[in-house]
Amino acid sequence: METVTNNREQLIPLLQQVQRREGYVSHEAATRIADQLKIAESEVFGVASFYAQFKFYPPGKNAVRVCLGTACHVRGGQVLLSALERDLGIGPGQTTKDRQFDLDRVACLGCCALAPVVTVNDEILGQVNPNKLSAAIRRAGKSKAPARGDERESDPAEDGKE
Amino acid sequence: MNSAELAEFRQSFSGKKAQASKRWDDLNTGSTPVVYVGAGSCGRAAGAMDVIASVEKTTERIKVKARVLQVGCIGPCYLEPLMDIRKPGLPRLSYANVTAKKAAEIVEALLGRGEMLKPVGHFGEQAFDGIERFFDLPMMKPQVRVVLRNCGIIDPEDMDHYLARDGYEGFLKAVAMQPDQLIQEVEASGIRGRGGAGFPTGRKWRTCYEQKAEQKYMICNADEGDPGAFMNRSLLEGDPHAVLEGMMIAAHAIGASRGYIYCRSEYPLAIKRLNQAIADARSLGLFRCFPNFEFEVKIKEGAGAFVCGEETALIASIEGKRGSPRPRPPYPAVEGLYGKPTVINNVETLGTLPNILRNGASWYAGHGAEKSKGTKTFSLVGKVKRTGLIEVPLGTTLRKVIFDIGGGPINDAKPFKAVQTGGPSGGCLPEAYLDKPIDYENLAAAGSIMGSGGLIVMDQETCVVDIAAYFLDFTQKESCGKCTPCRVGTRVMVDILERIKKGDADEDDLDKLERLGETMSKGSLCALGKSAPNPVKTTIRYFRDEYLEHIRDRRCRSGVCKEFITFTINAQCTGCAVCLRACPSNAITGLKKEQHVIDTAKCIKCGVCRSVCQFDAVEVKSP
Repeated sequence: METVTNNREQLIPLLQQVQRREGYVSHEAATRIADQLKIAESEVFGVASFYAQFKFYPPGKNAVRVCLGTACHVRGGQVLLSALERDLGIGPGQTTKDRQFDLDRVACLGCCALAPVVTVNDEILGQVNPNKLSAAIRRAGKSKAPARGDERESDPAEDGKE
Repeated sequence: MNSAELAEFRQSFSGKKAQASKRWDDLNTGSTPVVYVGAGSCGRAAGAMDVIASVEKTTERIKVKARVLQVGCIGPCYLEPLMDIRKPGLPRLSYANVTAKKAAEIVEALLGRGEMLKPVGHFGEQAFDGIERFFDLPMMKPQVRVVLRNCGIIDPEDMDHYLARDGYEGFLKAVAMQPDQLIQEVEASGIRGRGGAGFPTGRKWRTCYEQKAEQKYMICNADEGDPGAFMNRSLLEGDPHAVLEGMMIAAHAIGASRGYIYCRSEYPLAIKRLNQAIADARSLGLFRCFPNFEFEVKIKEGAGAFVCGEETALIASIEGKRGSPRPRPPYPAVEGLYGKPTVINNVETLGTLPNILRNGASWYAGHGAEKSKGTKTFSLVGKVKRTGLIEVPLGTTLRKVIFDIGGGPINDAKPFKAVQTGGPSGGCLPEAYLDKPIDYENLAAAGSIMGSGGLIVMDQETCVVDIAAYFLDFTQKESCGKCTPCRVGTRVMVDILERIKKGDADEDDLDKLERLGETMSKGSLCALGKSAPNPVKTTIRYFRDEYLEHIRDRRCRSGVCKEFITFTINAQCTGCAVCLRACPSNAITGLKKEQHVIDTAKCIKCGVCRSVCQFDAVEVKSP
C-alpha cells in the first residue's frame, strides 16, 4: 500500500508533515517537496495555498483559535473574537509583533454543545466569556496585553468579589 | 485463501471472540470496580482528563483497586464531563457535570466509605433506589440508539469490547454472501446516504458493482465540515470499529480491495482511534479472512477545506490536488479515484451497516418513515437546554426533538424562533414546521435539507438576517472559486446582506437576493454552490417581515445588528463593576454598589458587558 500508484498522492501528507514540524511551509521546504515528487514548485504552492491548514509564515509561540461555527456564532463567538482582537491588537490570521500569539478563526471544532469555544494551543476552553478568556491568554504566555481595566486607578477586580 | 485456511480463520475468530466476551463480562460483573469517563473531544473540552487524573489519585490515596476506562461520548453533552462508576453489587451509576473535586468526593464516598452520592441515572434494567435509569432521562428516552449503540459504553481503543458486542458479525455475514445478494439486502433496508443528499446506498453500490474494472475503491467520507455538526466525530471517537466494519461490508459489495478514510485534520482523536482500529482489525486477520476478500485501508487527513466534503473534490484531494469539484456525470461510482469506480459513503451510513447486516434488512426498515427508513443522528445545539448528540427514528417531529429531547429554548423567557437543519446548505425553519416529521422529502419541501444532521436551535435573540449573513460568509470563504455562480454569487449575497444589516439596503435587494439564489441553485457546479442560497431563501421565505424591519424601520428586533441597537444597564445592576472592568472602550461608569451607566457615545456595541454580567442587567434595545 505504501508504494502508492501515484506519488503525487504524497503531496498533501508531505506538506502536513512540514507544517507540523516547522509550523509553516517555508519556500525551502516547498522546493524540497517539489524535487522529491518531481513536480513544479508552482504545483506545490498551488495545492498548499488552496488548503487553510497551510501557513507560509513562521507562527507565533501560542496559537489562539476562536471557533465561529454556527453554535458558537449564536452563542457569542464573535464577541470573543472582537475581545481578542482588542486584547492582542491583531486580526485573525495575524501574529502579534512580539511573536507571542497567533490569532485565527476556525469554522467548527465540533464541541458545539460547549459553545462558545476557544482553543489556546491544545487546550479547549468551553463556555468562555471574555473575562475567562483574558485570564487564559495571560496564563498562556505572559501576554503583553494589559489585563483589562489595569490602567484604571482603582482596581475594580477586588470590588467585583464582594 | 483455501477452505482449510478459512476454517482455521473461523476457529481463531470464535476463539478470540470468546476471549473478548470473557474480558467484557469480567469488566461488567467482575469484582473490580470500574470508573468510566466520557473522554471524547467534547468531554475533554469539558474537563474529562482532569477528572481521570483525580480519580486515579483518589483510588491510590484510599488504596482501592479500580479500573479507569475512557469511553466515547454517550450523547448528553450538557451533562459533561460524565463519569460512571460500577461497583460490584450495584448497577453502573452515572454522575454528571463532574469536576476533579467532585470526582474525588464521589469515588471516595462510593469506593471508600461505601456511601452513594446521588447520581443522575443508572444503567441497570430494573428500578433502583429511587434513581432514574439513565436511558429513561428525558433527553434519552425518546431516542433509538442503533448506530450509537456502543458510544459511551465501550472503550473504543479496546477491540475486545467491540467483539464482545457482536462486532464484525455483520461483516462475516456479509462476506459469506454474494455481492449481488448483499446489495439486495442493503437495498431492502431502505437506507439512504447519511451525508446529506439521501441517495439510496444500495443503488450507489449497484452502479459501482456493475462496472468492470481491475481496481475499485471504497472511500469513507469523514470530512465533517458543517459548522455546528459533530455526529461523525462522536461516532469515530466512540466506536471506530463500526465504521471500519461498514467499510469492509461496502468493499465486499462493490469489489474494492482498497479503501481510504478521508478525515478532517481537526479531529486528531478520531484519527488516532481509527488508526488503532485498523491495526487491530488487520492483526486479527480480518482484511484477508475470506476467499475473494482482500482489503487494505489508509487514512487521509483533510487539510482544512469545507468543499472537500463534496465527493469529486474529496477525490481530487486524495489524489494530491486542489480540492475543486468537477461536473458529474460521470459519477464516482463509474469514474472515481484515479478514474476507477469508487463508492464514497458517509461515516454514519457505514456505521449503520453492521447493524443492518446483523439484524436484517426488515428489522432496519421497521424503523423510520415511509421513504426515509431507519434512524438518524443529530447534533442538537444552539439555544436549547439539553445539548448533545442524539439518535432518533426518521419521521420524528422537530418538536419532539427540540422540546422533548432538547428541553426547549435555553431561556424560558426567550421563546423558540427557528431551527437550522443541514448546516450552511440547509434552511432555517420557523415554528410552523415543528410538527412536520423529519424526513428527506419534508425538509426539501420546506426549502431545507436533511444534511449531515446539524440542528441549530435559535431563539428570539437570534437575528435571521445575521444568521443568513453568517452562513453566506462561511460559504463565500469556503467556495473553491472554480465556477462563477458560486464564486461571485456568494460574494454578492454577502455584500447585500451586510448592507441590510447596516440599514443601507432597499426592498429591491430582497428580490435581487431571491433571483440570485435561483441562479446559484441552477448554475453552480457542485452542491456547495447549489445549496449555498438555502439559508437566505428560507429566511426570506419565513421571516420576510424581519428583513423589512431592517430595511424600512432600521430595527433589529433580536438586538443583534449593531447599527440598530443601544446597550443600557437596568436596575438589576448590583454595581459589581465586572462590566466596567471588562469594557474595552471605557464606556461604563458607576460607583461601587450603585447602578452603572453606559455612555452610548463611547460604546462600541461589542457586547462584552452583557456576556460577563451575572445579573442580566445589561439590556439591548432596538427602536
